[in-house]
Amino acid sequence: MSDEKMPKATGPLSISIPEPPGRPGDAPDFSYIEVPKAGEVECPAIDTKPEDMRHLAYSIVRVLSRKGNAVGPWAEFLGDDLNDESLLRGLKDMMKTRIFDARMLTAQRQGKTSFYTQCLGEEAIATGFQRMMRKGDMNFPTYRQQGLLIADGCSMFDMICQIYSNEKDNLDGHQLPCLYSFKDHGFFSISGNLGTQYVQAVGWAMASAISGDDKIASAWIGDGSTAETDFHSGMLFASVYQPPVVLNIVNNQWAISSFNGLAGGRNAPFAARAHGYGFPSLRVDGNDYLAVLAASKWATERARRNLGPTLIEWVTYRVAAHSTSDDPSAYRPKEESDAWPLGDPVERLKLHLIKKGAWSEERHTQAMAEIESEVIAVQKEAEKYGTLNRGKGPDPEKMFEGVYKEMPDHLVRQRLEFEA
Amino acid sequence: MARMTMIEAIRDAMDVKMGMDEDVVVFGEDVGYFGGVFRCTQGLQKKYGKHRCFDAPINESAIVGAGIGMATYGKRPCIEIQFADYVLPAYDQIVSEAARIRHRSNGQFTAPIVIRMPTGGGIFGGQTHSQSPEAIFTHVSGLKTLIPSNPYDAKGMLIAAIEDDDPVIFLEPKRLYNGPFDGHHENAVTSWAKHEKGEVPEGHYTVPIGKAEVVEKGMDVTILAYGTMVYVAQAAAKENNIDAEIIDLRSLLPLDLDTIVNSVKKTGRCVVLHEATLTSGFGAELTSLVQQHCFNHLEAPVLRVAGWDTPYPHAQEWHYFPGPKRVGKALKRVVEAQ
Repeated sequence: MSDEKMPKATGPLSISIPEPPGRPGDAPDFSYIEVPKAGEVECPAIDTKPEDMRHLAYSIVRVLSRKGNAVGPWAEFLGDDLNDESLLRGLKDMMKTRIFDARMLTAQRQGKTSFYTQCLGEEAIATGFQRMMRKGDMNFPTYRQQGLLIADGCSMFDMICQIYSNEKDNLDGHQLPCLYSFKDHGFFSISGNLGTQYVQAVGWAMASAISGDDKIASAWIGDGSTAETDFHSGMLFASVYQPPVVLNIVNNQWAISSFNGLAGGRNAPFAARAHGYGFPSLRVDGNDYLAVLAASKWATERARRNLGPTLIEWVTYRVAAHSTSDDPSAYRPKEESDAWPLGDPVERLKLHLIKKGAWSEERHTQAMAEIESEVIAVQKEAEKYGTLNRGKGPDPEKMFEGVYKEMPDHLVRQRLEFEA
Repeated sequence: MARMTMIEAIRDAMDVKMGMDEDVVVFGEDVGYFGGVFRCTQGLQKKYGKHRCFDAPINESAIVGAGIGMATYGKRPCIEIQFADYVLPAYDQIVSEAARIRHRSNGQFTAPIVIRMPTGGGIFGGQTHSQSPEAIFTHVSGLKTLIPSNPYDAKGMLIAAIEDDDPVIFLEPKRLYNGPFDGHHENAVTSWAKHEKGEVPEGHYTVPIGKAEVVEKGMDVTILAYGTMVYVAQAAAKENNIDAEIIDLRSLLPLDLDTIVNSVKKTGRCVVLHEATLTSGFGAELTSLVQQHCFNHLEAPVLRVAGWDTPYPHAQEWHYFPGPKRVGKALKRVVEAQ
């Protein structure tokens, strides 16, 4: 190596340590997010080539205007799906998810469960997306997609019994609260490890296609977890095999205390990650229920028409703590969620429906009360079968079951020892 | 001397080493500004700057891989994996790279890295926040695997680990972070404030790697334990009026075989404890060594008490955890065997 021809160093080298714009005590600052006007972003044809729609990764698909109107090409794309009945259902799904979360958060504080994860502020994404999934399709969710279950009409009783690890827990106490498994609702068993299931969704979709089936899969991950290797593995296989899968990234800005810049999300939008893999991506206002419906429809239709994977970055904000074990006031400005530029998904859809004359403040208040009563009634019913550490609980011996299909001798011996 | 929790002692060890050696860098998920989910690195970024203590993306493989790269350059990375359960994506980097780089390069490159991680159950963490993976590390040539059971050892051993020239897996029993825990989960939590091992000297000291500690002297039976199980052993022996010699191994690899062998030769009986699943656990290694070195002195078969061979269940945590009752039963069987 010759040093002579090399340019002179300009000084000592350094690395970049990214920091969020605000910490506790600072004023919230979301100037890093450019919010386009609703209706401004084009809606490409479903079979558009990935290279012809790259600019969509750098804007945000929005349908609901500040005044509550549904505007632009994505509203038109929704067509028949945009009717009062479906939107009212969406509103109620979101309200139910929010009320369910609030009740379960309180239940955790009361010691009825060990752990809970809310999706406060992100309700539109899962509840809206599920509208475009069909029976037999499979979601590979994280612990913040309870909205998929609520929107699919999963029994809240079953959900609460799982959260309480009581004697009716469909997982027999094996798994952490909120890490549900509801195969009948197209809801894959959540492992709790980050990102591991992204690539599994791709494999599931490949299997569907290999089998000549018509089922699609949907992968879910948070912004922070896109850092995991398995996210990139999923992207690679999706690129190579072009299976019928929708790859969702819920960009809620925070992964415990890690702001999304630590996952590389401030150098380029997460949506742009699809470009290197050569498949299309959308960047969508995740707090806009109509935009969620439209983008979900676009990506699921693309998958169903055998046009391959789509990456969707849902831009949203994690209003709640990461989990009941977390305290966000230690790492982000307290007022940050109030300053969030995309507003609240429930309030925005409510405004739209009121504007259309399909809803009113009075009906909203009444619906809140009705849903709350429904959740409380189900919760009381579930509590008849116990809560964590109260009541009979799942049979202790059940911990030996399900390790293998047939229990091997060594486990039989251990179970006998346990009973003794 | 100061009173410290295990968290404070671990933090103090990093603080002491960062103050002494500019090459010590600390990073991991939530480790920088926030100070770690268990607060083990709280204040270190403020004190030593963002280039010495920083947040990492959620990618354990990259955290360990980058740490190895830094170590081969000449740094002394002391990195945190948020839970031992999360280390598996980094296993290839640990096994195929950190553990072997000295051997395969014949000493041209070395990776003096410390990989800290909270381990063990007892917090209703279910299958993703409760596991004890020590045996997957002790099985790998080239790694040292340590597991302190109290604040004094935690600080001294972590300093020794950072100063060690080989890669060290440093397991921190999370149920011991705030106090000794004997498995009686129904009792109030005790704190380190009243425990003699909560007394931690200020500044630099080391607890040598490869040295076990006899925490209770006794004649009836030798109990080999580490981490949380040290306190479970103490409780079980006391409750069953058994004069047990309890050895806190502290360093699983290298292992203090002399202390083990001397004790078992004296008592003639041995019970091995760990929280990790039984089959192919580290207890199998210990049991084999004991029978090999103490065969003519043994008066009863060596018994193991361990986690059942199932994934760590959430609701049945206390049925799964090898608490004082199960340990007591095994002690009696071994002591009463003719």
